Amino acid sequence: MLSYIFRRLAQSVLVMAAVSLISFSLFNFVGDPVNNMVGQEATREDRVRIRQDLGLDDPIFTQYVRFMGNALNGDFGLSYRIKRPVSTLIKERLPATLELVFVSAVIALVVGIAAGVYTGIRRNGWLSKTILSTSLVGVSLPTFIIGIALIYLFAVTLRWLPSSGRAGVVELGWWKTSFLTVDGWRSIILPAITLSLFQLTMILRLVRAEMLEVMQADYIKFARARGLSERAINFVHALKNTLVPVITIIGLNIGGLIAFSVITETVFQWPGTGLMFIQAVDFADVPIMAAYLCFVALIFVIVNLIVDLLYVFIDPRIRLGGQ
Amino acid sequence: MILRKLIPVCAVALAASSTQVLAENTLRWTSQGDALTLDPHSQNEGPTIATNGMMYESLVTRDADLVLQPELAVSWEPMDGNIWRFKLREGVKYHGGEDFTAEDVAFSFERAKHESSDYKEQVKSVVEVKIIDDHTIDLVTDEVNPILPNQLTSLYMMDKGWAEANNVVNPQDFAGKEETFAVRNSNGTGPFKLVSRAPDELTVMEKNSEWWGDGQFPGNVDRIEYRPIGNAATRVAALLSNEVDFVLDPPLQDLKRIDAADGLKTDTVAQIRTIFFGMDQGVEELRTSDVKGKNPFADVKVREAMNLAIDRKAIQRVVMEGLSFPAGMITSPGVLGNNETQDAEIPLDVEKAKSLMAEAGYPDGFSVQLDCPNNRYNNDEKICQAAVAMLAKIGVKVSLEAIPKAQHFPKIQKRISDFYMLGWGVPTLDSHYVFSYLLDAEGSWNATGYSNDTVNSITKGIASETDLDKRADMINDAWTEVRKDMPYIPIHHQVIAWGMSDKVDAPMSADDALRPRFVTIK
Repeated sequence: MLSYIFRRLAQSVLVMAAVSLISFSLFNFVGDPVNNMVGQEATREDRVRIRQDLGLDDPIFTQYVRFMGNALNGDFGLSYRIKRPVSTLIKERLPATLELVFVSAVIALVVGIAAGVYTGIRRNGWLSKTILSTSLVGVSLPTFIIGIALIYLFAVTLRWLPSSGRAGVVELGWWKTSFLTVDGWRSIILPAITLSLFQLTMILRLVRAEMLEVMQADYIKFARARGLSERAINFVHALKNTLVPVITIIGLNIGGLIAFSVITETVFQWPGTGLMFIQAVDFADVPIMAAYLCFVALIFVIVNLIVDLLYVFIDPRIRLGGQ
Repeated sequence: MILRKLIPVCAVALAASSTQVLAENTLRWTSQGDALTLDPHSQNEGPTIATNGMMYESLVTRDADLVLQPELAVSWEPMDGNIWRFKLREGVKYHGGEDFTAEDVAFSFERAKHESSDYKEQVKSVVEVKIIDDHTIDLVTDEVNPILPNQLTSLYMMDKGWAEANNVVNPQDFAGKEETFAVRNSNGTGPFKLVSRAPDELTVMEKNSEWWGDGQFPGNVDRIEYRPIGNAATRVAALLSNEVDFVLDPPLQDLKRIDAADGLKTDTVAQIRTIFFGMDQGVEELRTSDVKGKNPFADVKVREAMNLAIDRKAIQRVVMEGLSFPAGMITSPGVLGNNETQDAEIPLDVEKAKSLMAEAGYPDGFSVQLDCPNNRYNNDEKICQAAVAMLAKIGVKVSLEAIPKAQHFPKIQKRISDFYMLGWGVPTLDSHYVFSYLLDAEGSWNATGYSNDTVNSITKGIASETDLDKRADMINDAWTEVRKDMPYIPIHHQVIAWGMSDKVDAPMSADDALRPRFVTIK
């Protein structure tokens, strides 16, 4: 068991190293940050000097080793764009992203499971058909369009909710939260719905498919034969068994939500890490891009690691196979 | 008893205080990008200068019509021996309560000249700041500099004591490890004080009631809330939903929509920025052309043919929806040196262009790559696409490479582009700025390889010519040379559009800066 964990940990470290090296080598194509860092009057000598100071002319691999060396000491450098330490920026921006991801995950889960169960049981009802066809929007339209459409409907036309930004935050130590004020909730709703739609659709369809399958299973027939109520059958016996794959998918998709939040945050000017990343790409702000990509890779690796470890506990066959 | 009497009093007081809050004139505004830093000498970039200019002040400033006006200096005059004498405004205090004195001026120049400052080029002609008395200084320049005041309009004055106390004597270094105090804190003498600053989220300022200019300007703004919104559609939505009162940079295609909305209006003005193409005529052989062993752009006939093939009116009408002014020179009206003769649009003449191409020995044209940014100027990529089609008519087969600015501009800096788009604004409003960067053989943005002895010597000459009439003639002579040599293909002067609530009255400026001291809110 312990050796299994160690093996997985070692693999994770390798994945991290590979991801960071690949992303680092891509920065060559993002452009030259120096042009954004100085005004148009700056002399060519000055530009050369700044490039040298920052080590931008070194081979990519040298830059990578230097970056990793500093990163292992917890030093991710200073943002070229706003000249603040990258680690501070990520710490400041992370709560916004995590809260957004959390609310979207809850929406996706609650609505997705409820609608999935409903459409699974009432297969031919008109409401089921409506839900299923509208849910296609969630997978077929790009997040960008959905976000803008929601803004025009709820902020511009109806004026129920703010169009963008993160209002009403309360500071709890270094963590800024939206959850304690009405304004905070009002501004998180639209971006959270936008971000959740894709996952919601996926969960809905997964739960529905699983429900359809489970409802055919023998133990459901036996449950019916025992005379159990429909309610008990649907929600206790059937739903419980559909949830195993759903939970796996959710676990894997939390990382996806964080990665997808880049677009949602850009549309809604949500001050999280995703927006920071897009701004960094525009500016060729290498320290932020490097740290952000490593950070996202880390999250994926951790989530996958946890899911893998959970399997070991849930499914003894994996444990036995490993021995 | 007493309590019963007090309650109504309190209620009245509460009501009064709440109406006071309502009566406060708050300007809520947005634009694409936040100021990069509040350090006034760290970044020479439009939005950063405009934001800092609300809190900090310079010796000389410009009003909304871009006319020079006294700010922290009340008067200035050239003296014998490369000296400009500035009389400083008396009784001015920084937001932190410190007095503004000649010491601060000397310190700010020193700070701006430091290696890590992005303003050192603007003030490089100033070799010494002599303090005559507490409110008089002499700026000694390396040679006579007739346009020094024009170069100082965004050079903000910082308090020496504050900088020392907060360890920000020098601007932040790029290779540094830690954020300096001046990045998110501000202590100027200007009309607004910083209340709070969350970069890329919200910046709040309030009126400085101790400001020397209080009551002398039409503006009535008490509080400024700035919220950058990067996405253009969201930015317009924030204006349409009345969450902001002012948008600095609505996309041109949304202007009709804003105008059509109740309670909103737009305003446009010609910007001090010209869009043009550069042709590398200096290199032996173009890197991306099928012509080998020689450079077609080295022949002025080819350059003229390229100029004649561009239908500037069609670009204005179709690509820019009318929001541009076709250009005949690479600097805009409002800059000293621009006049109707020099800026007369180069007429479309495909037939003449074709015969010029034949005369130059390219009857079947040639191929070349056009480098173009896709996120820098209004409709930049579309302009390039239009130009590709127009140049095809005279046989020039252009392959277009439209890429983000972070990749585009280094190509110009490294002199590895054959044919490129560039836009140029002129903060000093003087042609010298254009000549020294774009037309002088040594100009740091002259990637065309263009070198004309007359233009080179005039560029040097106008830097120190104090006879203003003679200087204007020299500038005109240089532009005449340029019009003859055609090293560039001028396209148009850009137009700025602002969108705002009917309640806001903001005078537009050709430099695209919001000047809240002139903004009134109904």
